[in-house]
Amino acid sequence: MSISKSDVERVARLARIGIEPHEAERYSIDLSNILTLVEQMNKIDTEGIQPMAHPQDIQLRLRDDEVKEVNKRDQFQAIAPAVKQGLYLVPKVLD
Amino acid sequence: MPHRQSLSALNRMLATGGISSTEITTHFLDRIEQNQQLNAFVSVDREQTLAQAQQADHSRRNERNSNLKGLPVALKDIFCTQDLLTSCGSRILSNFVSPYDATVVERLDKDGFIVLGKTNMDEFAMGSSNESSYFGPVLNPWNTARVPGGSSGGSAAAVSARLAPAAIGTDTGGSIRQPAAFCGLTGLKPSYGRISRYGMVAYASSLDQAGPITQSAEDAALLLQTMAGFDSRDSTSLDTAVPDYLSALNTGLENVRLGIPKEFLDPSIDAEVLSAIETALEEFEKLGAKLVDIELPNSSAGIAAYYVIAPAEASSNLSKFDGVRYGHRTAEFSDLLDMYEKSRAEGFGDEVKRRILIGTYALSAGYYDAYYLKAQKVRRIIANDFSQAFKQCDLIAGPTTPSTAFPLGENLDDPVSMYLNDVFTVPVNLAGLPAISLPVGFDQSGLPIGLQLIGPYLKEANILSAAHSYQKVTDWHQRIPGDYE
Repeated sequence: MSISKSDVERVARLARIGIEPHEAERYSIDLSNILTLVEQMNKIDTEGIQPMAHPQDIQLRLRDDEVKEVNKRDQFQAIAPAVKQGLYLVPKVLD
Repeated sequence: MPHRQSLSALNRMLATGGISSTEITTHFLDRIEQNQQLNAFVSVDREQTLAQAQQADHSRRNERNSNLKGLPVALKDIFCTQDLLTSCGSRILSNFVSPYDATVVERLDKDGFIVLGKTNMDEFAMGSSNESSYFGPVLNPWNTARVPGGSSGGSAAAVSARLAPAAIGTDTGGSIRQPAAFCGLTGLKPSYGRISRYGMVAYASSLDQAGPITQSAEDAALLLQTMAGFDSRDSTSLDTAVPDYLSALNTGLENVRLGIPKEFLDPSIDAEVLSAIETALEEFEKLGAKLVDIELPNSSAGIAAYYVIAPAEASSNLSKFDGVRYGHRTAEFSDLLDMYEKSRAEGFGDEVKRRILIGTYALSAGYYDAYYLKAQKVRRIIANDFSQAFKQCDLIAGPTTPSTAFPLGENLDDPVSMYLNDVFTVPVNLAGLPAISLPVGFDQSGLPIGLQLIGPYLKEANILSAAHSYQKVTDWHQRIPGDYE
């Protein structure tokens, strides 16, 4: 299956990656080639096979609900692009 | 000269007082400085590293039973460190200093290993040549016109050129074993869950695993011993006892059944690689191993399934890089969406974008069953093939890669041909098994050839002892590239 330029633009929007029109062209070729590779798996009969999400077929571990982590707010905010009064700054979302 | 010694040899020299950690560490820091053309390291802090070495020497003098080894190692720039940049080979993390240490880093520190520096890598561990790094390609010390392999290319080049006695890498589809093969080293990918992934920047969470890139199986055992074990901060970390890998090294190969999958000795692979593998297998036979023909009939579909599963997981894992809490934020933007799109467009390189896009596509409405679910079913079939094979044999052997190190730039414009490099390594990650690559010869142009040994789940000790048996009677693993002797 091939991926068109408009498919690339749609997926890029979903992935929040800005792409230029000339890039969409190139990505549509690259991604189509990758899909051709991927579709080789269609040669394998998977009728009745359970999907394998993970190498370990085990239950996720539960833990007691207790506080273990110390508050590192200041350290986390020290590496942020923009903070003010302990809050992360982003462009205004609501008018 | 310390750089002609293995990590284990340096460990013994330190124990007998024949050399100090400060002497060793200074020597390697000097070599890193003198060999910057390889571009193996992204960040090094000489002063701080030397202070740690002096501290290790001080502890050794004053506490007789100290665990502090004082051995220096290089660390792939994918592990979070509080003291050094953690860039993951990406512009989007090119200003990121982590507020915490990865579990691997804590464990290395607890045993007194000293981090010489953070090594270059393919961006977010996506690549097989180390050419996708924001910090530029790494050169192969055996031939600087060739790639060192990837994604742990900086780690492999550093050990190969003896800028570090050993290094830590990560392996999602071959990223420890393939560069180890290309650089003439021993590279171990442990079983999924054996080493904590906490603080290791995630690429594909159901496949990622940390491991050592070393000069020998003995060195790999030493580092695995330090890094393996349960960690409550990684929900996939295994809560099972860690065996004594070092004492298991001398188990020997007597009556070990070595399965040879005919699919791995495909005539399409490089003839010189094939011949080196065959010679190595004869050596294993002389050591007592029995060769058994086995089948892994669906292994060739591994690459196809991998290039759905890994990008799908990556597209989700990498959505956190948005320029809000840390990392690169674009300078000018009109609104929030524009800020996300521009920060990510500027922050990620081509290969990372391709994989995020293909992963997003495979997970998007209408395509999920045809791609993601199908790939997960193929994954099960490939894992089942390994289980069947291990009923007939104890370990599986074959080439690590279809060719030796390829020229820089050769596969850059053709992502699919780059992906095919991992045809023998990817199925192992899909099944979550442990595997090692060890050097077994050179091609006519002097490039190293690697043999892969795959074991059943959690049987790292068996793989290491098989590799060690071979290394006791051969010297491929002791060869050093001419310019770095």
